[in-house]
Amino acid sequence: MTTSSYYVPDSSRWPILASIGLILLAAGGGGMLNHMSAGGHGMTLPHFAFYAGALCMSYVLFRWFSNVISESMAGMYSLQMDRSFRWSMCWFIFSEVMFFAAFFGALFYVRQFAVPWLGGEGDKGVAHLLWPDFVPTWPLFNNPAGTDLPGPNQIIDPWHLPLLNTVLLISSSVTITFAHHALRAMQRGRTIFWLAFTIILGATFVYYQILEYVEAYGELGLTLDSGIYGSTFFMLTGFHGVHVTLGAFILFIMWLRICRGHFTPDQHFGFEAAAWYWHFVDMVWIGLFIFVYIL
Amino acid sequence: MTTVTAHHDDHVHHGPAKGLMRWVLTTNHKDIGTMYLWFSFAMLLTGGCMALIIRTELFQPGLQLIEPEFFNQMTTMHGLIMVFGAIMPAFVGLANWMVPLMVGAPDMALPRMNNWSFWILPFAFGMMLLTLFSEAGAPNFGWTFYAPLSTTYAPSSVTFFILAVHMLGLSSIMGAINIVVTILNLRAPGMTLMKMPLFVWTWLITAYLLIAVMPVLAGVVTMMLMDIHFGTSFFNAAGGGDPVLFQHIFWFFGHPEVYIMILPAFGIVSQIIPVFARKPLFGYTSMVYATTSIAFLSFIVWAHHMFTVGMPLAAELFFMYATMLIAIPTGVKVFNWVATMFRGSMTFETPMLFSIAFVFLFTIGGFSGLMLSIVPADFQYHDTYFVVAHFHYVLVPGALFGILAGVYFWLPKWTGYYYNESLGKWHFWTSFIGVNITFFPMHFVGLAGMPRRVPDYALQFADFNAIASAGAYIFGFAQLIFLVLVIKAICGGKKASSSVWEGAEGLEWSIPSPAPYHTFSEPPVVK
Repeated sequence: MTTSSYYVPDSSRWPILASIGLILLAAGGGGMLNHMSAGGHGMTLPHFAFYAGALCMSYVLFRWFSNVISESMAGMYSLQMDRSFRWSMCWFIFSEVMFFAAFFGALFYVRQFAVPWLGGEGDKGVAHLLWPDFVPTWPLFNNPAGTDLPGPNQIIDPWHLPLLNTVLLISSSVTITFAHHALRAMQRGRTIFWLAFTIILGATFVYYQILEYVEAYGELGLTLDSGIYGSTFFMLTGFHGVHVTLGAFILFIMWLRICRGHFTPDQHFGFEAAAWYWHFVDMVWIGLFIFVYIL
Repeated sequence: MTTVTAHHDDHVHHGPAKGLMRWVLTTNHKDIGTMYLWFSFAMLLTGGCMALIIRTELFQPGLQLIEPEFFNQMTTMHGLIMVFGAIMPAFVGLANWMVPLMVGAPDMALPRMNNWSFWILPFAFGMMLLTLFSEAGAPNFGWTFYAPLSTTYAPSSVTFFILAVHMLGLSSIMGAINIVVTILNLRAPGMTLMKMPLFVWTWLITAYLLIAVMPVLAGVVTMMLMDIHFGTSFFNAAGGGDPVLFQHIFWFFGHPEVYIMILPAFGIVSQIIPVFARKPLFGYTSMVYATTSIAFLSFIVWAHHMFTVGMPLAAELFFMYATMLIAIPTGVKVFNWVATMFRGSMTFETPMLFSIAFVFLFTIGGFSGLMLSIVPADFQYHDTYFVVAHFHYVLVPGALFGILAGVYFWLPKWTGYYYNESLGKWHFWTSFIGVNITFFPMHFVGLAGMPRRVPDYALQFADFNAIASAGAYIFGFAQLIFLVLVIKAICGGKKASSSVWEGAEGLEWSIPSPAPYHTFSEPPVVK
């Protein structure tokens, strides 16, 4: 309805296709996981469903976003629409903050309560009865179950790769600000340069994170199944890594759009949303560096 | 893009498209609201059938109808379907229909995403329900899915359950963002926050709660998934984790979730009572502040669900006192509703009957909640039918009656016809009597020590259980009256005027009945 002062799109086939993609991903993924845990091998029907779902989702997201971009380029979005996008992005990032809060909460609870109680310390130290030989430490090298569930031999030294990664991510938050200033000053070349630089910093971060995981699995005995230290370490850094990858991908799309001449000095919310997201993953990393690696 | 060019030629097209695809592809808030409401009603009947299977088995002691294993699947699925499939989508449906009309918006802020939020639901519930037919059986660990029951000892269908919860979470978060943004950004000029109808206020706060806690639920089910399939130790003490950690994270989600299921009902009742008492709502401002306080408190009371699990004394005391505090803003609300009715020129049409029953019966549920908040007393009540009685009082004559009141109140606006008032009264009285016969005796068997989630019980509980089962059948079949009534009101009846009810005020009553397909394309001005 373009007669409306606020743009209300006509019926669209993307949402229903996205729902179909999502159910294929979920049902297929669930089947794959159960197949894997039952010790199965090879391709099964759920595998095909999962890959079909992934294809379907990618196609839908590509087309849906292109649809939105064309509408935006055609000038169909008013200032009020722009505010809707801004609010939505803020609330979406808030939901992401709460997602990470669940994992940080688990980490704090385990360190502050669960592990000390299992070792006989504190208000609920009676839990020591379960494994009387257990000595609580953090990082937890020896799990309560002892040799039945071996802990890590060593953990990642925060002052090597993680410190380097901290520098990389913080720098990338600075370079994306340079890109933003350049965009507002209509310096497209500089915007393209600084944004590319930001993406390279992000990609380097992911590369080092992968190196770190290879080292953890290969040499340190630090794995997902090495007890609660490995569980919290990999889930927190892993989800963060996924978010950095996604953020870098979004920035790459923005880079392509800027190369194609999209965005004006006043109207570039797509870029700003990507930048907000990037700052958010940066902040999460600072939390990780302090609470997962250093302390 | 074809759609973009299509727009420019297409803007004379006002009415809905024809056929099934209208519903599948729609971006219209009224269509999507209608779909949410029908879906939630289908889920209500599905979950209701499961409740009747449970009540039939419990009609007398001993095992007669179903196996204990299947009984567990029924209690689990009943809870999940009612919470995530019936109550929550019904409120979202009402929000979809009414929030844009109440704030004078042309539609929801993000109409395509709105469609996606809805269409995820049938798929997710389809997957969850299909596990009933799998070899391993459906989830059987209770709707609260405590670890290690839901991890180490779970049937393999738990994987599909987890992924279904992820989908529901996605749907809820997108739906909530849509509602928050519509309220914050699409209000008609002149409608300040403190002029918003209370249904809009309560939904704003509910949506905020949803955005805050659905990701936490996603986090906790992800930890389960990792524990089950990838050997992590989040809920495994042998690796330094803790099953109690599951309960903490779950209830950090779960307690705000409880208010997600009641705050919109508060809003509906606050809309209805002034209309039928023919007086303005007493204490509008205090209603807003009370709702906000309840939302804040909901984040710091979660562990009252787990007083007997073994927490430090300081934690027990903190959560006990924080929980008791909730009685204050809730009391403010009940006081305001009663004060609104005081010396009003009241009439008792069906929406008003459901609203008054809501105030009365929800308060009973609130009082039993206050009893449960007392730690030493809770040690006695925990995991008994007293708890079942408590939360069914706040959810059935609470949340569900709120929804039914809202449907009766707004149905003439949606269909353009008044519903049949005498059928409505039949529905109300059979529901009211059925609900009390079902759930009131549960207080007694609970206090006498009957545990919840059991297919069999000791002989001394037999009489009250038989009564409760009879009540459940009355309540269950009463809902078919409602179905007939709604279908009749869609087909025809007495024409409704635009204001529908004498004394109804607000933007939603300024438009014709039935509401045109597109409303407020140009925002109205609120003085």
